[in-house]
Amino acid sequence: MTWSDWSWVLPEAFSTFSDDVDMIYYVILWVTGIIFVITEGVLIYFLVRYRHKEGRKATYDHGSSKLEIVWTTATLVVCLALGIVSKGVWDTMKIDVPEGAMEIIVTAQQFEWHVTYPGPDGALGTADDFEVLNQIHAAVDEPVWIHLRATDVLHSLFLPEMRVKQDAVPGKDIPVWFEATATGEYTIGCAELCGIGHTTMNGTLTIHTAADFQAWATAQAQRPRPRP
Amino acid sequence: MSTTEKDIASAVDAGGQHDHHEIPWIRKYVFATDHKMIAKQFMFVSLFFLVVGGALAGMMRFQLGFPGQPMPGAGILPDAMMAPTPNGAIMLPEFYNSLVTMHGTIMIFFAIMPLLVGLFGNLLIPLQIGAEDMAFPRLNMASFWLAVPAGMLMLASFAVEGGAAGAGWTSYAPLSTSGEWTGVYLGQQLWLVSLTILGFSSLIGAVNYITTVINLRAPGMTWFRIPLATWSLFVTAVLILLAIPILAGALIMLLFDQTIGTGFFRPEVGGEPLLWQHLFWFFGHPEVYILILPAMGITSEVLSNRARKPIFGYHSMVLALISIGFLGWIVWGHHMFQSGMNPLLGTSFMISTMAIAVPSAIKTFNWLGTLWKADIHFDVPMLHALSFVSMFIIGGLSGIFMASTPVDIYIHDTYFIVAHLHYVLFGGSLFAIFAGITYWFPKMFGRMMNEPLGKVHFVLTFIFYNLVFFPMHNLGLQGMMRRIYDFTQYDFLQPLQPMNQFITLFAFALITTQLLFVFNFFWSIFKGEKAGNNPWKSNTLEWTVPSPPPHGNFAEMPTVFRGPYEYSSPESDDDFLPQTTPPREGPGPSSGVPEPTPTPEGAEA
Repeated sequence: MTWSDWSWVLPEAFSTFSDDVDMIYYVILWVTGIIFVITEGVLIYFLVRYRHKEGRKATYDHGSSKLEIVWTTATLVVCLALGIVSKGVWDTMKIDVPEGAMEIIVTAQQFEWHVTYPGPDGALGTADDFEVLNQIHAAVDEPVWIHLRATDVLHSLFLPEMRVKQDAVPGKDIPVWFEATATGEYTIGCAELCGIGHTTMNGTLTIHTAADFQAWATAQAQRPRPRP
Repeated sequence: MSTTEKDIASAVDAGGQHDHHEIPWIRKYVFATDHKMIAKQFMFVSLFFLVVGGALAGMMRFQLGFPGQPMPGAGILPDAMMAPTPNGAIMLPEFYNSLVTMHGTIMIFFAIMPLLVGLFGNLLIPLQIGAEDMAFPRLNMASFWLAVPAGMLMLASFAVEGGAAGAGWTSYAPLSTSGEWTGVYLGQQLWLVSLTILGFSSLIGAVNYITTVINLRAPGMTWFRIPLATWSLFVTAVLILLAIPILAGALIMLLFDQTIGTGFFRPEVGGEPLLWQHLFWFFGHPEVYILILPAMGITSEVLSNRARKPIFGYHSMVLALISIGFLGWIVWGHHMFQSGMNPLLGTSFMISTMAIAVPSAIKTFNWLGTLWKADIHFDVPMLHALSFVSMFIIGGLSGIFMASTPVDIYIHDTYFIVAHLHYVLFGGSLFAIFAGITYWFPKMFGRMMNEPLGKVHFVLTFIFYNLVFFPMHNLGLQGMMRRIYDFTQYDFLQPLQPMNQFITLFAFALITTQLLFVFNFFWSIFKGEKAGNNPWKSNTLEWTVPSPPPHGNFAEMPTVFRGPYEYSSPESDDDFLPQTTPPREGPGPSSGVPEPTPTPEGAEA
């Protein structure tokens, strides 16, 4: 174990909204960190300063309404401010799916991720769709719109390096989107307990350059596969 | 433990007016109706379950610290839990899922909740308000004797084919709707039946507490003279009364889904899995406050007493309890930000969740205010109460991270959540339980617990606890998911192996340290130093009666003249002023808590 294991720095992330998420995290870390140091510091100071000694008598005091109002208002203002900052990023990540995104279907099933691509015609639900298992491929700087589905129980699509997490619910088609900002291989994980094989339900997210992705998709579409 | 003779003697000593007759052994110790005996029954049974829950956690930690390695001594467990290999027995993933589920279930429902509500609710409510017993003593007995079979069914589920429930303590549908998904059939049903029975137990307990507080307060015990422990238990009882029926309804629906083919939560027949989550968390979030409010009450009692100073802002403390009780009902959706619930709702629940931080912050600041210019005595109960405050600060602040919806996307279902909930439930509730048991032990058993041994137990527990749970924040920030049998399956989590081993080793140390408490507890029952009526020089009514109090508690009806926290009052020559001491003649500062002129008739506020 090294000191870096105790780090409160988030691991690197590579999506268009990951910097915003991480920024809110660091704002909260600073705000709570300062409150933590002050409150625990005051606590320790009081414990030392006002520890029992022969002849000490506590001050007979029932509190101060003025102080109560001050710290109630301060807490409320800080919390609401954090809430308002959070709202915008949340909407971007969960509601505002960008236009023109590449649509794919990710279907979770004990204990696999089935990923369906539209094929050469660019439309899902046609005969030229093709499916890959436990891998998502996409082009860098291109938004991806995942139709997240499940066939059996709850799963949760977790793409830590994209700062994406969304439960898959049988009977629902939940939109999930991200746009990667760097090529590379990243993690796909399942974050919701889904049964005995939950721990093995992982895969690889591969972000290609636009040309490489085209090549990959073309090769996959032509790959002979058993008829369903 | 007192004998009947002693009870009669002490009642007679105090000029007893109660009719005492020999109570048969079985009615005194087994099917008891005396609230103090029922409190002790809850205490012994829940402490047993605390040990069971700890053992389950230990096994889980072994698997996480040493994934896939043979567990020493595990050969005695059946092959359905541990796969035998030439080198020893290795844990199976299905057993790991059962451990995850049962550790949470047992700790929440059979250890922390009955300790806070069953033990302290029963012990403190009648004594602190000046009542001779609960309003419905037989209902009280029924409450305990429903909890026992519920616990037995829960334990029995480990022995049935397929093992104990394995869908998490939250039993999310559809995973929990059929053994087809988990391999657990009967175990999951026993889980549901057990919790339904336990729910009835809690429900009739709550009815009893509410009735008792409303109707049986001694003359002069106005609402704003009730000690904060009883106030918190009263608010808790209201939450239980309203929340448990929702859980019971959901449990029965899920049981029907499993057994007679209904489809409330099964999407394949048109059911809605998210309905389970809404019902569960509409109960579950008030449940979180059921698990922390009494701990706050206990902390307030101990803190004010050992600081020899009135609690800072008594009225705002009460108002904070009540507002947590209200706001607790509109924040359940923050458990479901990533569930597929409409994301617009996420923002509403984020705002209500941020709002509930306010009363929690008020309480924390008031505890700090209580210590300001105080006269602090570091006895064992105080050490535990102080660590409640300092750990609750951490647990409260870490909650802000997940309240922020975008940040929650990343940390949801990771070890960050595990760290957060243990800072609230262990660092918070359990430290308060230690504070409460050590503080009221002399009242329960007439003897003090051993102080040096208690301090060693406290220091080691505090250190090991933090070494176990603080690094879990870091695991979560690195992306380690919770409820995962073997995290080394993920390449990016493999560097976390040493940290996990570190946590596991200190978890074993933490569990072992608790033997000190067990030893101290039993040793002190028989050999502890004798305690007088009021060893902590406290103001509240339970300390005016003998330790342990006789059947019927008060030899004569006490009259209350002031609030519960008149420590270091100029009105008294000592540094405390019991609620029952009549005011001095002539002009002088009266109770600092603004109340109408105290009169013995003022029982109704």
